[in-house]
Amino acid sequence: MSQAVVAKLKSVFAASVLEVKEHRGEMTVTVKKEDIVAICQFLKDEAGYNFLCDLCGVDYLGQQPRFMVVYNLYNITTKERLRVKVPVAEEDAAVDTVSTVWTTANWPERECWDLMGISFNNHPDLRRILMPADWVGYPLRKDYPLQGPDRETYQGRLS
Amino acid sequence: MGVVKAVGEAPEAEHTKVLGNNIMTTSLDLVVNWSRSRSLWPLTFGLACCAIEMMSTGAARFDLDRMGVLFRASPRQSDVVIIAGTVTYKMLPVIQVLYEQMPEPKYVVAMGACASSGGIFDTYSVVQGIDQFLPVDVYIPGCPPRPEGLLYGLIKLQEKIMRERNTFGAAIGAGNVIPG
Repeated sequence: MSQAVVAKLKSVFAASVLEVKEHRGEMTVTVKKEDIVAICQFLKDEAGYNFLCDLCGVDYLGQQPRFMVVYNLYNITTKERLRVKVPVAEEDAAVDTVSTVWTTANWPERECWDLMGISFNNHPDLRRILMPADWVGYPLRKDYPLQGPDRETYQGRLS
Repeated sequence: MGVVKAVGEAPEAEHTKVLGNNIMTTSLDLVVNWSRSRSLWPLTFGLACCAIEMMSTGAARFDLDRMGVLFRASPRQSDVVIIAGTVTYKMLPVIQVLYEQMPEPKYVVAMGACASSGGIFDTYSVVQGIDQFLPVDVYIPGCPPRPEGLLYGLIKLQEKIMRERNTFGAAIGAGNVIPG
């Protein structure tokens, strides 16, 4: 079934689908970030993925592009899942918001921006959600020092 | 008020006529310290797993009430704040406001490894010991401490309060407090 959805997606957004991968029954589609809102709208309206389970960011430090935003979709009616990924470059770490498609995307996008520093264009309320409001930096990035920027990095303990 | 007449007591003084032999002389420090240390009212405030042990200590099995330790739901009525758990930088302003809302004299108990030193959470988001921001009176080790540990810590705080001198005098402007 998800193969059929992917085939349909490929026919409509032929230029945007970068990679399709199936691993142990899980379908993952990597798409260009410029078309993410249109693709999400298509997947919701035409393919019935009416629930956004989770939205998160991944930091592949050292690779180009550095970041990846992952959308985990769920079709409540047919109980099918689909994973959509969007590569994001460090220089232009911003993706269009999908909170216009699924309202629930509001908070996961805030979290992604708060901890990973990936901004979301046209987001209705983009402010920090987990860290204190005056926090500087994005602590879940791989190059963020674990013990904070104002402390010496961990060297291992004696004894 | 009934006047108790002591047996075999000869010519009655004026105060004996009114009070009987119900007079005790003591120092103000002793009375003040005794009443403060025997009515330690902690703020109902739990942060993490230590709070579970704190609740257990307050409940029937360990029964903090028998020591005069009654949890209060308002900082305005509290004497002691038990920092029971991991303090994050996001939570820190809340704790500081609550502490400042408590009336003097006030005491701080750092319960467990996290409140004392950050514990296992040696990270950017966790305060590495609440003593960086509040004056801690008693540190209780453990992760989390057993209820017996919390009881022992509160008894130590009582002993510390009993050693204080001139707190009442300092409150009315006579001299300084000699801390316990």
